[in-house]
Amino acid sequence: MTNEIEVLLVEDNVSDTEMVTRALHKSNPANPLLCVKDGSAALDFLFGEGKYHGREIKNIPKLILIDLKMPRVHGKECLMRIKQDARTKRIPTVVLSSSREYPDIEECYDLGANGYVVKPVASDLFDKAISEVGAYWLNINEPPQ
Amino acid sequence: MDHQQFDILLIEDNASDAEMTIRALRKSNLANRLKHVNDGDEALDFLFSEGKYKGGGLDLNIKIILLDLKMSKVSGKEVLMRIKEDDRTRKIPVVVLTSSREDVDIKECYDLGANGYVVKPVAFDEFHKAIADIGLYWLITNEPLRV
Repeated sequence: MTNEIEVLLVEDNVSDTEMVTRALHKSNPANPLLCVKDGSAALDFLFGEGKYHGREIKNIPKLILIDLKMPRVHGKECLMRIKQDARTKRIPTVVLSSSREYPDIEECYDLGANGYVVKPVASDLFDKAISEVGAYWLNINEPPQ
Repeated sequence: MDHQQFDILLIEDNASDAEMTIRALRKSNLANRLKHVNDGDEALDFLFSEGKYKGGGLDLNIKIILLDLKMSKVSGKEVLMRIKEDDRTRKIPVVVLTSSREDVDIKECYDLGANGYVVKPVAFDEFHKAIADIGLYWLITNEPLRV
């Protein structure tokens, strides 16, 4: 049995992290999740750099969930780097954001986001949305490897 | 021809698979605005308002394109490539829905820009559930680009 990371959550907000982690843990307990607090740490993980130096980068997650509003490497830049690099561009990457703004949605699809989910405000709707994300991306979608 | 607004474009040449897919979506109340085409050529004509769909006006508010791979005439991969190459259509989510579990097909579809890839379950119940979950995620949870 492998305990390779299957979900990489890129989110800086502590309470959102807790909500996503808890909801995914409920709907998809068998899918190990790693949360990093910014885009820079996400890229370090994916490319085996910084504190993740030496990680076998061929072990790609099944799903990357990425927030947009983050310090240091902004969500869109992180998305762009993931989708431009041959080693990571096939990884399903879903933006999970409070923004419903047309320019954000358009730019993310333009940069190659596989999906885009607006974080519901109400906690029961939030949980439901996250469980739908898990149901599709972790149980049904065929990952690239 | 007046272009209705559609949420789903189903590109599937196998009549019984198409019927099962539509029925599964209908059961979840997700098939109201579904357009089914039988081959890649018709899919491209529909998307780009050509051939028999000429003058219809581009419907860019499709939330999801479900695309089979094994089709005669224009192959699924070629349709995927054409959709993802064209500025007008490349932001529409495309989910490949196919019986192929071949690594080479999966990798190639992601490389061509497929948003997702689903292997059609063989068992009826599993197929139904997969289609319902696909519908729920792509039609309800996912945010499409609304033009």
